[in-house]
Amino acid sequence: MLSVRNLTKRFGTKKVVDGVTMKIQKKKITSFIGPNGAGKSTVLSMISRLILADEGIIHIDDKELSSCKSNDLAKKISILKQSNHINVRLTVRELVSFGRFPYSQGRLTKEDWEYVDEAIHYMELEEMQEKYLDELSGGQRQRAYIAMVIAQNTEYILLDEPLNNLDMKHSVQIMKVLRRLVDELGKTVVIVIHDINFASCYSDYIVALKDGKVVKEGPTDEIIKPSVLKDIYDMDINIEYIDNNKICVFYA
Amino acid sequence: MRNWTKIGILLLAAAILIAVFLFTDVKGSWDYVLSKRTEKIAAMVLTGAAIAFSTIVFQTITNNKILTPSIIGLDSLYMLIQTVLIFAFGTMNSLMGKNVNFFISIALMGVFVGILYKIIFKREGNNLYFLLLIGIIFGTFFQSITSFMQVLIDPNEFMRIQDKMFASFNNINGDLLLISFILIILVTLYFLQFAKYLDVISLGKEQAINLGVDYDRIVKRLLIVVAILISISTALVGPITFLGLLVVNVTYQLFNTYKHSFLIFGSILVSIISLVGGQLIVERVFTFSTTLSVIVNFIGGVYFIYLLLKQRKA
Repeated sequence: MLSVRNLTKRFGTKKVVDGVTMKIQKKKITSFIGPNGAGKSTVLSMISRLILADEGIIHIDDKELSSCKSNDLAKKISILKQSNHINVRLTVRELVSFGRFPYSQGRLTKEDWEYVDEAIHYMELEEMQEKYLDELSGGQRQRAYIAMVIAQNTEYILLDEPLNNLDMKHSVQIMKVLRRLVDELGKTVVIVIHDINFASCYSDYIVALKDGKVVKEGPTDEIIKPSVLKDIYDMDINIEYIDNNKICVFYA
Repeated sequence: MRNWTKIGILLLAAAILIAVFLFTDVKGSWDYVLSKRTEKIAAMVLTGAAIAFSTIVFQTITNNKILTPSIIGLDSLYMLIQTVLIFAFGTMNSLMGKNVNFFISIALMGVFVGILYKIIFKREGNNLYFLLLIGIIFGTFFQSITSFMQVLIDPNEFMRIQDKMFASFNNINGDLLLISFILIILVTLYFLQFAKYLDVISLGKEQAINLGVDYDRIVKRLLIVVAILISISTALVGPITFLGLLVVNVTYQLFNTYKHSFLIFGSILVSIISLVGGQLIVERVFTFSTTLSVIVNFIGGVYFIYLLLKQRKA
């Protein structure tokens, strides 16, 4: 289990994250929602050690984050940020093979390559695995990055706005993959997401943040309610049931 | 496998150039000429390798293909040291002797690297670009003092400084060569433990951390390795970092790969080829009427403008 206690981060004098405490359950999709500047991405970056917390403690499976070796953590938890500009020219297969670095330190064994092939297969990238990343569309590229994370084979997978700049078809595709990762492979997925309808349809648990604090957390059903959403977003949001899914209507 | 073929071709080209340099156009005693030329070749191979290697590493950790390590300000510091020595003690002083000068330069550049080291290690959260900024400011500061002193000194003594402004492989001292060689080997041995991280670091900071690289610790150590290598080669032959930009970018074009094993070997070979080739042109075509760094800088400068134009189009 991932647990976070009293997490705080300041940029200058501004508290971006202010005393966040939460527990993230295993084998679930947990979504962080909330308005821009709520500190969602910052919390995710701190959990994945990309940035250091000013205060607070993060535990991964009862071990404190700061006491773990970076390489051991890389086998337990992986993070995919929303902008992934890479300065070197890589093929899809090369990128995915980097996911095995924590295990092989760059010298991939036969077993490592099997993981790479499996990840490529899982994301249905076989046909474009020799293509360079800059030749791919945004959706294909995102799938390649997720394949790399799958090859890394970590229990916890953290994704910062994985649907950013993707069209509906690719967004659904990515969310279905995340769902399968949880249901079939038993991973624990944490995402930052802006589209609350995707959060509503695909996640098990939702943490709502606002002004650096957790305003509400709970199973999806408890969060997707007009009264709760009003607290989070300061706007009236109607909820309709369509095919057993709760759909938020906020366009008009 | 194609990259191995390219390495082989470069190796062959370097060997041929070295052979041409050593064995053609010998006038007078073979023993004397050969020993002189071997020293030159050794110096070129050593500094060429050190510069190419440190530039590749520097560009990887800064994630930028048009920076050279000279941005840390070591070249400017070297020129300042030379100018101060002449300004204070004159050209006839023993401090201008090759050995003493080498050690003074190495020592002072070492102190400077130490100060940079302190700056980046002391406060957590200082990033790489902060260090580069400090380097640029120091470099400009050194340059200003240098030109101030150069304006004041005797024109004849200024001629001596002008000699120092350009890298030169003539009159290399054998003892210093050996010391530099040992130092560079030691630094390389220290570097080897970090070699495997370079490919991952080239993906950027966040990916590197995600893949389990202890990023801050490793990048700082790599930066120190770069600074030491630059100090040694600058103290040995003079300011030569511009060479790095030329050779590593040629290498990136030649080897279309992210793998540092190829990039480092390739760039070292390209570096040796351009130094030995350039020196051949200086000696046999221009009969020493120009210096190697003028040729390297001319070709490098033209190539750099070409790179800028090409990147602007893309």
